[in-house]
Amino acid sequence: MLFWNPYKKVKGFCRMRIVEAIDITQAVAELCIKANTCVGEDIYNALDRSRQDEALPNAKWALDTILENAVIAKRENLPICQDTGMAVVFVGIGSDIHVNGDINQAINQGVRQGYRDGYFRNSVVQDPIDRINTNDNTPAVIHYDFVPGDRLSITVAPKGFGSENMSGVSMLKPSDGAEGIKEFVVKTIESAGASPCPPIIAGVGIGGTMEKAAILAKQALLRDVGSVNADPYWAEFESELLAHINALSIGPAGFGGKTTALALHILTYPTHIAGLPVAVNIGCHANRHQTVEL
Amino acid sequence: MKQINVTSPLSDSVITSLQAGDRILLSGVIYTGRDAAHKRMTELISAGKPLPFDICGQTIYYAGPCPAPPGRVIGSIGPTTSSRMDAYSPDLIQKGLRVMIGKGPRSQEVIEAIRRHKGIYFAAVGGAGALLSLCVETAECVAFGDLGPEAIYKLTVRNMPLVVAIDGFGNHEIH
Repeated sequence: MLFWNPYKKVKGFCRMRIVEAIDITQAVAELCIKANTCVGEDIYNALDRSRQDEALPNAKWALDTILENAVIAKRENLPICQDTGMAVVFVGIGSDIHVNGDINQAINQGVRQGYRDGYFRNSVVQDPIDRINTNDNTPAVIHYDFVPGDRLSITVAPKGFGSENMSGVSMLKPSDGAEGIKEFVVKTIESAGASPCPPIIAGVGIGGTMEKAAILAKQALLRDVGSVNADPYWAEFESELLAHINALSIGPAGFGGKTTALALHILTYPTHIAGLPVAVNIGCHANRHQTVEL
Repeated sequence: MKQINVTSPLSDSVITSLQAGDRILLSGVIYTGRDAAHKRMTELISAGKPLPFDICGQTIYYAGPCPAPPGRVIGSIGPTTSSRMDAYSPDLIQKGLRVMIGKGPRSQEVIEAIRRHKGIYFAAVGGAGALLSLCVETAECVAFGDLGPEAIYKLTVRNMPLVVAIDGFGNHEIH
């Protein structure tokens, strides 16, 4: 479609792709339902491999239960977990996209519809102290990013607070270095114990500022389980840290054993000369997230 | 490993026969209760008022279910993190609560209260809410209906799969 662009120095028309707000609402509603009822194939396969590896009877039984739960949830169209989470939404907006309508409202309306139609639990309170339920699971936490192209990508990652509560940020000193990072990550996961529903996925954000590290940690949870970090240094770092974490023997549901974490993913960003921010975002064994491109 | 069939409410002899690490299938009557309901119950105790149900000998499941879809008794209902109830549990155990079901470890104070009053703490598998909902045969809101998912529901359950995480002697099998 052709649009008059008043900001262009040379008078003329530029090409923008129109996305209707109602289509965003529909997509978000569907993503909320799919993310809450269908365990990702990558995660299911990783759980199944761990199950074959696990020797301790109660740990193996916990993995059996988790796998059976995933099958039941999908078959019966039930939420994997009763904590259907706070809806975290990542939006990638192509520079050649024009959204016809209010995108914030469109996303929140999608969350409202998805949680209502899915018979999901409303877990959001309006005020952190008054704690009155908003009764429709809104507002969502929305992160926007602008990318080249004419596509709009939406990821919905419902975040339960069993695992979110066990996450943390630390502003390390540059002198703490790689060892300091490892120590903080292991300590965070060790003190979490069985509360975040192990086997977990650990998202680690390193660098940037305090909030940048935290957002990176959350984005790191979105990577496919089983994928390898493209940077060989960080790939090695990830596998070494994962081995440390699995040596903690917290195990599935906290019953001991080899599988405390299925994966650990790191994302980094340039940082300040004086700082080394590190964030650990713990995802439960379902690590729910679904993406669509419009 | 064998699974032991247990009926709630649990008798003294059943509680003392179970050991940390035992896998059980729980049937019978249990009550849900989580953060907000615990806060209200301990406020009632402090004010010298009666609790909304007779807690003596009973079982509390730390859970806040999803709404029931059409044709179902209840929505997904897995355990929530037990440690958030640690501040309230010793008072409730003192009032006669015997059995708790949740996920994750408990504080030293709770372990001590369990040992002293011969209680027991079962761990359910966190995140298995869909599977656990199929164990619920009846559900009825009995108190604090205004709290929605945090209200107290009386549940009849059948063959709920659990592990003894802290036994009546204070031995524990959970990280």
